[in-house]
Amino acid sequence: MKFIDEYRNSELAEKLAQKIASRSTKSIKVMEFCGGHTHAILRYGIRQLVPKTVEMKSGPGCPVCVTATADLDKAIALAHLPDVIITTFGDMVRVPGSYSSLQQAKAEGADVRIVYSTIDVVEIARANPEKSVIFIGIGFETTAPTIAASILKAQQEKMENFHVLSLNKLTPPVIKALLDSGEVKLDGIVCPGHVSVIIGSHPYEFIPRDYGVACVISGFEPLDILLCIDKLVEQIERGEPKVEIAYPRGVKPEGNRKAWQLMEDVFEVGEANWRGIGIVPHSGLKVREKYEQFDADKAFSVSLKPPREPEGCRCGDVIRGAATPLECKLFGKVCTPERPVGPCMVSSEGACAAYYQYGGPENLPGF
Amino acid sequence: MCLAIPVRIVSIDGDEAEAEIAGVRRQVSIAFTPEARVGDYVLLHTGYAIGVIDEAEAEETLKLLEEIASLSEVY
Repeated sequence: MKFIDEYRNSELAEKLAQKIASRSTKSIKVMEFCGGHTHAILRYGIRQLVPKTVEMKSGPGCPVCVTATADLDKAIALAHLPDVIITTFGDMVRVPGSYSSLQQAKAEGADVRIVYSTIDVVEIARANPEKSVIFIGIGFETTAPTIAASILKAQQEKMENFHVLSLNKLTPPVIKALLDSGEVKLDGIVCPGHVSVIIGSHPYEFIPRDYGVACVISGFEPLDILLCIDKLVEQIERGEPKVEIAYPRGVKPEGNRKAWQLMEDVFEVGEANWRGIGIVPHSGLKVREKYEQFDADKAFSVSLKPPREPEGCRCGDVIRGAATPLECKLFGKVCTPERPVGPCMVSSEGACAAYYQYGGPENLPGF
Repeated sequence: MCLAIPVRIVSIDGDEAEAEIAGVRRQVSIAFTPEARVGDYVLLHTGYAIGVIDEAEAEETLKLLEEIASLSEVY
């Protein structure tokens, strides 16, 4: 397939890896923010390709994984309300909440539907005027414009039964929170490619300026990621951190202004609750007052028991890059993709699921 | 979740377009990419084209990769 196959050339990948090794003298830590990158890095064995001087860590870039248990509990409680249809993206339904999951709610009779696109949610609302349709909105800047577009569509059609529980989150503020905490010392960041298609490269500029950390925006094919690592190593070796785009076929410095404006029209920035990190100011998107009739938080009220985390689960540490999945005692034993304990094993973008699927037998207990 | 795949636009009707990947066609929204034209490749994310792929930049990246690879032979 065009724009995919040519970036998967293994011969070029090996040469590129050799070049990275030849110029890398300092021991460095780089974090890939995006779960899509985590998946690709494990799938293509990029950790094994890069020199030992380059340590790669996974970050908080899997939207399902970073959804706080309390927010998930709210979604499950909404599902149990009468005459409600819950819609959401696939992986969300399997994530265990404190006391249940959306999947369990569905088994108990709740109407929970998996959608591919917010366009589907609008259609479900149109086809079920007697029901309240609630979309559990997760995702980063890539997805938020599509949710904004669905709210505008609902307004155009004067729909009264369309609602969004906005759990959407923003990337640069959580990168700042991680850097501020100082828990993981980073030299470079593999910046998320498709978030950056929307936001461009400018919102990352504070990272090299204020923290001295190198930033390179990467595509998702193996050659894209190796090129990104090469540029990160080059910046760090020279001691000249900056923001670079290694995915220029997709990302422009200014981003996609049209999508960005739509997002800004519908949402305002507020705090968000991140699993493993807690409340991060300015990192969430809330539905603006002028669209509050579509805001599930305003339209419905549910009472919730205090959230509780699964015992022994280290998803929070994995999300912050403070532990690898292999350091979790549950990994591969109690917690598997078939019977996940935490969200990082549920989502295909979760670090635990990627380690389990592609990590090789040496990464699984008992080998 | 932030997955987006390159698809080729085959026809356009206002904000809607038909796109093709690997012989499969489906409806996509081009509300965020009004500049998209028939024949363009766009990045498709959950039913929406979020960006038009810059073919010249794609060529440049491939050239850069080839150059890097040929340089590495002298190491």
